[in-house]
Amino acid sequence: MPILTADMSAGTLIEWRKKPGDALERGDIIALVETDKGLIDIEVFTPGVLERIVVPPGTTVPTGTVLAVIREEAPVGAPAAAPAPPAPAPLAPPPHPGPLPLTGERGAAADAPGRLKISPLARKLAAELGIDPVTVRGTGVGGAIRREDIEQAAAALAAAPEKPRAALDRSARLRQAIGAAMARSKREIPHYYLATTIDMHRAMTWLAEENLKRPVTDRLLYGVLLIKAVALALKEVPELNSVWRGNEPVLRPAVHVGVAISLRGGGLVAPALHDTAGQSIGDLMRCFRDLVLRARSGGLRSSELSDSTITVTSLGEQGVESVFGVIFPPQVAIVGFGKIVERPWAVGGRIVARPLVTATLSADHRVSDGHRGGLFLAAVDRLLQEPALL
Amino acid sequence: MTRDQIRATVLRTLGEIAPEADLSTLKSDVSFRDQLDVDSMDLLNFVIALHAALHVDIPEVDYPKLATLDGCVDYLADAGAR
Repeated sequence: MPILTADMSAGTLIEWRKKPGDALERGDIIALVETDKGLIDIEVFTPGVLERIVVPPGTTVPTGTVLAVIREEAPVGAPAAAPAPPAPAPLAPPPHPGPLPLTGERGAAADAPGRLKISPLARKLAAELGIDPVTVRGTGVGGAIRREDIEQAAAALAAAPEKPRAALDRSARLRQAIGAAMARSKREIPHYYLATTIDMHRAMTWLAEENLKRPVTDRLLYGVLLIKAVALALKEVPELNSVWRGNEPVLRPAVHVGVAISLRGGGLVAPALHDTAGQSIGDLMRCFRDLVLRARSGGLRSSELSDSTITVTSLGEQGVESVFGVIFPPQVAIVGFGKIVERPWAVGGRIVARPLVTATLSADHRVSDGHRGGLFLAAVDRLLQEPALL
Repeated sequence: MTRDQIRATVLRTLGEIAPEADLSTLKSDVSFRDQLDVDSMDLLNFVIALHAALHVDIPEVDYPKLATLDGCVDYLADAGAR
């Protein structure tokens, strides 16, 4: 069970997406895991063959527990070349494989599960009731699993000894986990804090003009300009884009900005926008929208939870003018933006009303100092004055 | 589309954006932001969903007119929701 976020201590295996004998590529989704941050797709990070499943669906295990064994060597024979033994009944739970022949690829034939046919509602219900969808026989179109099927399976299981985990204590558990992670951050990371006020007049004017040209589905939020400016500013002060490994910071070549997203049931998650600096503003907005949607409805990928190299937090337009974040280990910096407020501002010796935002930096003193942090915030400001170049 | 149908569509869309909200107590003349825990991303998704459901083009400058339930119904009826 991978540690997907610094505040995660356990997870529940909901569903296996691969079965023993399946060849795995880097990035394949192998399992669905439920955490306090919702349902997460677990990706494979080394290619190989799934040899053995250790943790069955419906089981909650602490982080660090072995979920399955992946054999790293590539299979020699081409899959499905030899006639497979009679395929197991479709939708039956995968049989316990026992030791596999070294050539692997047991029955790589017709029953490859691919994506399970199941309605989102049924999937959600299955997760709530602790039912593994793979064990349920679908009665919908093309064998799709419907809500009724899950309910029936749950009724059949009702007499079984193991009860689904109560969700009642989620909130308490979440607060405890966040508390532990943040206490560790404050204990280990010598934070320093900087703030600056940025005139958003040009950025907001450009944004309004740009959005006039864009169809509603492609419109930009100003948040995406802030995120892109942070990513580009990191090119100038790259040490802020490091992660702490062992006893030293390691510079990360790519910028994956983690964006703090509040969850509906409480708590927050900060998944990564991959390659934030390299994407066009339009692509970045699409990714951002998709990420928020998935963060709030389930379906984040494990790499998105573990890849962030820096975090951007904003408490939104309703909230406060400034926020000083607590660094998420192993990152070494977090950038905060308050809400945009219209305030008097001096321009060329005259007082004018301008939309202003307070940008803050909390950074790790073991990696950088206030001088470098100040250069970083100045770069963010400068980049936001040329929004068309973002 | 009648005003009642538009109203029902707006409420259904809101329900998808803020599934935890109790829409039966929603005041129709008070802004959504003051009653629901929604952010700018939610409101963007709200506008996109209204656009898709009602075939109305909604320029960004008109977003403030969509701040309340009453405002939404007035605006969308005028804009020729169908």
